[in-house]
Amino acid sequence: MNRIQHVEQQCWDILQQVCDPEIPVLSVLDLGMIRGVELNATQEVVVRLTPTYSGCPATDLLKAEIETALMAHDIHPVKVVVDLSEVWTTDWMTDSGKEKLRAYGIAPPQGSAQLCGTHVALQDGVPCPCCNSQHTQLLSEFSSTACKALYRCQDCLEPFDYFKCI
Amino acid sequence: MNTKALSEFLLHIGDSQLILSHRLAEWCGHAPELELDIAMSNIGLDLLGQARTALSLAGEVEGLGRDEDRLAYFRTEREYRNLLLCEQPNGDFAQTIVRQWLMDHYHALLFAALSNSTHAQLSAFAIKSLKEVKYHQRFSSAWMERLSLGTQEAHDKIQQGLNELWRFTAELFVLTAEEQQLVDAHIIPDLNLLPQRWLEMIQPELTRFELELPQTGAYRRGGKQGLHTEHLGFVLAELQYVQRSYPNMVW
Repeated sequence: MNRIQHVEQQCWDILQQVCDPEIPVLSVLDLGMIRGVELNATQEVVVRLTPTYSGCPATDLLKAEIETALMAHDIHPVKVVVDLSEVWTTDWMTDSGKEKLRAYGIAPPQGSAQLCGTHVALQDGVPCPCCNSQHTQLLSEFSSTACKALYRCQDCLEPFDYFKCI
Repeated sequence: MNTKALSEFLLHIGDSQLILSHRLAEWCGHAPELELDIAMSNIGLDLLGQARTALSLAGEVEGLGRDEDRLAYFRTEREYRNLLLCEQPNGDFAQTIVRQWLMDHYHALLFAALSNSTHAQLSAFAIKSLKEVKYHQRFSSAWMERLSLGTQEAHDKIQQGLNELWRFTAELFVLTAEEQQLVDAHIIPDLNLLPQRWLEMIQPELTRFELELPQTGAYRRGGKQGLHTEHLGFVLAELQYVQRSYPNMVW
C-alpha cells in the first residue's frame, strides 16, 4: 500500500468513530454518507459527505466532527465537501447499520427505496424492533425527526420509531 | 448560459420554499393535534433545507459573493421572487392543507421535470427534493381527503380554503422572456407545458373530493417581478429581525 492509500485508509478507519448525534449507534459509514476520501494534489484530505435529508440539522455538525476527528489523529489539512451529485438513499445504509438500528429500538427501512416509485408507502406491519411482531400500526408519519415515522406494536404495546425508506 | 436568468430562477424556487417553510413553522405549538404539529414542522424543515440548497446555488451562479444568509436576510420584498401563494396567511388548518396540497403537486411536477436538467447541480437538487416532496404529498393528499369527505363543516372549510387560494395558482408555471434561454439550453423544462399536466394531476382529486373551482378563476401574478401581496412584508420583518438588528452577527 503506498502512502496515499495508507492515509486514505486511516481516514476511513477514523470515520468509523464519527457518529450520528441523534442515533449514536450509527457511524457516518453505517449511514453511507461518506462518498469518498481522497488526498488531492495539494496534499489536502478531501472528504465528500452527502446529507441524508435536505433539512437535517446534523449535517453541519457532522462536517465539523469529521474535521475534528481527522485533525485529532494528526491528519491535516482537511476539507469536508458536501456532495449532492449522488442523492443519498436508505439503500446505502449497511446491513450492520440496519441491525444496529434494530438493536437500538428503531425499526430499520423496509425494502428498497428504488422500488418506492411514484408513491411512498408507510404500511402497517413494520416488524417491531422489540418483539418482532408484524402486528404493528402507524401512528404518525413524521416522528422525532423528519427521517422517521412513529409506530405502535399491538402485541408488546411499545411505541417505536421507524426509519423511512427514501 | 445566461447566469442572471438562472440565478433568478433559483431564487424563485428557493424563496418560495423559504417563505412556505416560515408559514408552516407558524403552526409549531398551535396545530390541532400533536402529530400534525410535528408533521408540519418537519415538512417546513425539509423545505428550509431545500431552500438553503437553492439559495446557495443561486448565489454561486450569480457570482457576486452572496451566500444563502446574505440572500435570505438582506433582500427586501421587491427583491424576493417567491410565489404569492406561499406568502398568504395560514388561515385555518383546512386552508393550510389546501395550500400545501397545491404546492406539493406543483413541486412534484416541477422537480420531476427539473431532474432532467443539463445543469448537474440543479438536477441533483431536484432529484433529492422530489424524494422528500413525495412524503409531503402523501400527507397533504391524505388530509385533503379526510377533510373533504369528512363532516359537512370540514368539507365547507376546505372549499373555502380553495376559494381563497385558487386565484394565486395562475403564476405557478409562468415562463418569463429571460427564462426562454434556459429552456433552449435544456436547463429548465418548458414551463408552458406544465399547467396542463398540473391540472391533470389535481382534477381527478378535486372530483373525488367533491370540490369545485371558484368562479373568479386564477389571475394573481407578480412573484417573479418582486410584486408581492401585503403579507410578505410582515413575514420578512419577522424572518429578518434578528439579523437586521445585529447585522453580520454569527452564532
